[in-house]
Amino acid sequence: MTEALSRPRGTRRRLGPGRAVPFGRLLGPLLLVAVWWAASALHYLDPRILTGPGSVAATAADLVRDGRLQDNVLISLQRAGLGLLFGVLAGVVLAVAAGLSRFGEYLVDGTLQVKRAIPSLAMLPLLILWLGIGEQMKVTVIALGVAVSVYVNTYASLTGIDSRYVELAESLDLSRWRFVRTVVVPGSLPGFFVGLRLGVTASWLGLIVVEQINSTSGIGYMMFQAQQYAQSDVIIVGLVAYGIFGFASDAAVRAVERRVLSWRRTLAG
Amino acid sequence: MAPYAGGLTASRDVPVHDAPATAAAAPPAVRTTGLVRSFGGRDVLRGLDLTLARGEFTVLLGRSGSGKSTLLRAVARLDHGVAGSGGLAVPDRVSLSFQDSRLLPWLRILDNVVLGIRGPGARERGATALAEVGLAGRERSWPHELSGGEQQRAALARALVRDPELLLADEPFGALDALTRIKMHGLLRELYERHRPAVLLVTHDVDEAVELADRVLVLEDGRIAVDLAVRLPVRRSRRDPRFQEYRDTLLAALGVTEPGDRPHVHGGPTEHAAPPPYGDPVHPPQPTDRPDEEKDSHDPRD
Repeated sequence: MTEALSRPRGTRRRLGPGRAVPFGRLLGPLLLVAVWWAASALHYLDPRILTGPGSVAATAADLVRDGRLQDNVLISLQRAGLGLLFGVLAGVVLAVAAGLSRFGEYLVDGTLQVKRAIPSLAMLPLLILWLGIGEQMKVTVIALGVAVSVYVNTYASLTGIDSRYVELAESLDLSRWRFVRTVVVPGSLPGFFVGLRLGVTASWLGLIVVEQINSTSGIGYMMFQAQQYAQSDVIIVGLVAYGIFGFASDAAVRAVERRVLSWRRTLAG
Repeated sequence: MAPYAGGLTASRDVPVHDAPATAAAAPPAVRTTGLVRSFGGRDVLRGLDLTLARGEFTVLLGRSGSGKSTLLRAVARLDHGVAGSGGLAVPDRVSLSFQDSRLLPWLRILDNVVLGIRGPGARERGATALAEVGLAGRERSWPHELSGGEQQRAALARALVRDPELLLADEPFGALDALTRIKMHGLLRELYERHRPAVLLVTHDVDEAVELADRVLVLEDGRIAVDLAVRLPVRRSRRDPRFQEYRDTLLAALGVTEPGDRPHVHGGPTEHAAPPPYGDPVHPPQPTDRPDEEKDSHDPRD
């Protein structure tokens, strides 16, 4: 009897995840830092293997003071940003071309599926041969990785647009341009944002690859040098920098996505 | 009350409808000659001849697979890649409304309504159309914030804002509940009286056909089997005995006999062959089958 009355006034059991808490997504990373800090404070971690958060912070402060961190971060951000920009543009243009015309599909889709199977790292020797070891090569490697993930997801979402909406556009005599603007672009945005988030990750991955090979600047170069002098704290600073940028850029994309896709009602709310 | 021959322009000598006097002289809104459409080698439309006068409200009835939707899509010129032949003349401005409201979920209501029009006054015209269907003030709503009936009204506004010469509708009220449907009938008829497009509305609901139409076509095996002029006052009552007669005629034409039917003494469609022995659930029982229980509730235009 009491069991039957145990939820007397409540609404039904909620199966969705419930309301979002602001900045709740920081919980996991903060917990990770707390465990790290506790482990090194209790001398459970050997500082030669993994430096504690305190000395990493001190090293970071030193690096900021002599300007090395800012310089390297700036050049890294520039590379990742440029690669992301060109990659996203290429991915979107190719996805629209492949999605809206058969000729484009036959020309582009197979080619990009082949490219998808080849890791950027495998392309590196060829790209160095063609473009040298300068910024051009670095941005190209990053853009290639980004373009593929943006393309694959945008194209999948675009070709998945409900054919009823296409029929509606035809019945309203929309011009091709207006059709693209009002149906194709908004309809493929959910996939585009998935691709963009993967693309942002891909840009950081590409950055690490290009900065550790034949580079004289950037976070990757700084870490590579630290490895040679066994400065594990500098390596950690680099990793943390990568992590912060990865997290922040993903959060930025999510925020834009939430605004742009506000018409959607999903499980996440 | 004898049905007129298929393919002839309706003579709209009904005093209760203010039919345009020039209907016979003006070129028709739609003319198909020998229209054939085939899917996988099977002819769905078999040499269909049809003429719709300007400003005429025509309802197209037919069982599933009779070719209703194929004909509508052909007239809407949306049948890409469908094999076929025959002549088809339609006006420039044609609007089509679907069984689902088909509002784009990423556009607000007003943006959905003005999707098919352009030019400086587009948004004002869209707002006016929304007000006409009773959705003033909902311009900034998202489609999912509207009820099913409201979504369908927004879709009607989207069709009408294009000032169509021909309005095509594919079971536009099929997904609505009975009460909403009754309201929508009134609204559609009211908007039709005001804008006077030619209307071709596909349905499988015989009551809906008699309630809305000036002319009812029954499609069977890709041809027009019955072409019936409905001569009833603008404000129609389902309890009107003549309403019942039209209804019974059309049900018989569709091969449905209801238990307790009176014999059809009023001259049913002679073109129609003997009804098949099996019935189709074309017409589910309606509240109007028990006329004493309701007071003329079908007419919200009052």
